[in-house]
Amino acid sequence: MDCSHVFDFKVKRLIVVFTLFLAFFSVTSPALAQVDTLQAAENSHSEPEGKEKFDIGKFALHHIADSHSWHVIGEYYIQLPVFLYTSNGLVSFSSADFLYDDEAKVVVEKGGQRFVKMHEKIYYASATPNEHGQYVQLDEKHHASNARPLDLSVTKNVCTLLISIVIILAVFLNVASGYKKRKGKSPKGLQSWMEPIILFVRDDIAKPNLGHKYERFMPYLLTVFFFIWFNNMLGLVPFLPGGANLTGNIAVTMILATATFLLTVFNGNKYYWKHIFAPDVPKLMWIVMIPVEIVGIFTKPIALMIRLFANITAGHILVLSLICLIFVFNSLYIAPISVAFAVFIGAIELLVAFIQAFIFTILSALFIGMAIEEHH
Amino acid sequence: MITGSIAAIGAGLAAIGAGLGIGKIGGSAMDGIARQPEAASKIQTAMLIAAAFVEAVALFAVVVALMGNG
Repeated sequence: MDCSHVFDFKVKRLIVVFTLFLAFFSVTSPALAQVDTLQAAENSHSEPEGKEKFDIGKFALHHIADSHSWHVIGEYYIQLPVFLYTSNGLVSFSSADFLYDDEAKVVVEKGGQRFVKMHEKIYYASATPNEHGQYVQLDEKHHASNARPLDLSVTKNVCTLLISIVIILAVFLNVASGYKKRKGKSPKGLQSWMEPIILFVRDDIAKPNLGHKYERFMPYLLTVFFFIWFNNMLGLVPFLPGGANLTGNIAVTMILATATFLLTVFNGNKYYWKHIFAPDVPKLMWIVMIPVEIVGIFTKPIALMIRLFANITAGHILVLSLICLIFVFNSLYIAPISVAFAVFIGAIELLVAFIQAFIFTILSALFIGMAIEEHH
Repeated sequence: MITGSIAAIGAGLAAIGAGLGIGKIGGSAMDGIARQPEAASKIQTAMLIAAAFVEAVALFAVVVALMGNG
């Protein structure tokens, strides 16, 4: 039965809905940036003479972090919506209400509560400003110590996640309908581009590690592989649909690692658990072996989580730092060198994007394979 | 004047360790491929997995250094 038209329809509808969703939070005009420039003028006035030293670390960490607005070009930002779960229920407003403020100086009042944004985190505002004009209490490390509502906002990362879902659905529903249409025939178009990669996951990742039971885990392995790969690649695109650091966000990698962890634990057979709780060693050694094996259950997914997070984050920081060299030396002549290096690292990052997706998938397969291995 | 955190030195030391480790893995894989070119794809896969384990240690150090700078 040919149901490709249904898939086609669904994908188109998804794209339309998502475009409307983005259009709803329209690009704000630079007129709003007035406050920003006013504040900048104020800041420069209070600063001592001479230029402020450019801080690479601060700049890079700011750019790899999640954000409530999405930089388009120049002075244009897409202001994403804010959803807060407060003690008085759900509150929502546009992050444009903060007027580009990120130092807790602009208070937004919604639903009888007052909020401020500081370093992309939203806090309940204090009643009176402190000596810097900020509506938060700062502790000795200059971190805000106000209470925070539960932030359920659609941030830059959430947006990227939705975009990548649309891309992955569009690609794979197309491929799936191709297999339905041309059953038993040679692949065509996008399908013939994806087929070798799908076969690579099956033949090089699933089969050697999972043995004859590989088919049960193929959907998970393919999903994880393509999700990580597509998002790594999207993170390398410096302009709008990309630019977010999704797979370099520890919460995202934690969910992926948790999925592997749950699959390992729930598919583990009796030999796997015997290996952990009653290993074939002298009884006296159990005192050492059993705690080590129990810790091992948890360190494997934690290592998966940190590996992906740190690899992608380190790549982004590296490219940003190389570009920052221009501003550190404050000279145009350093620009060709710095851009050349950034392009070189960018090319390596393309490779790393694939390798990390591969490593995550093959280690997941390896851990699941260890859990379902029959005794021999 | 030198400013910064001691965590950066730690991250650098971890990078030395990981560099030695990955260098050994890469070198041995080259040896293996030179001896048996037909097994190149299998050796490469095993090499990448081993390199990922070594690299993870260096990345833990980077994360710890970032947290130390916090």
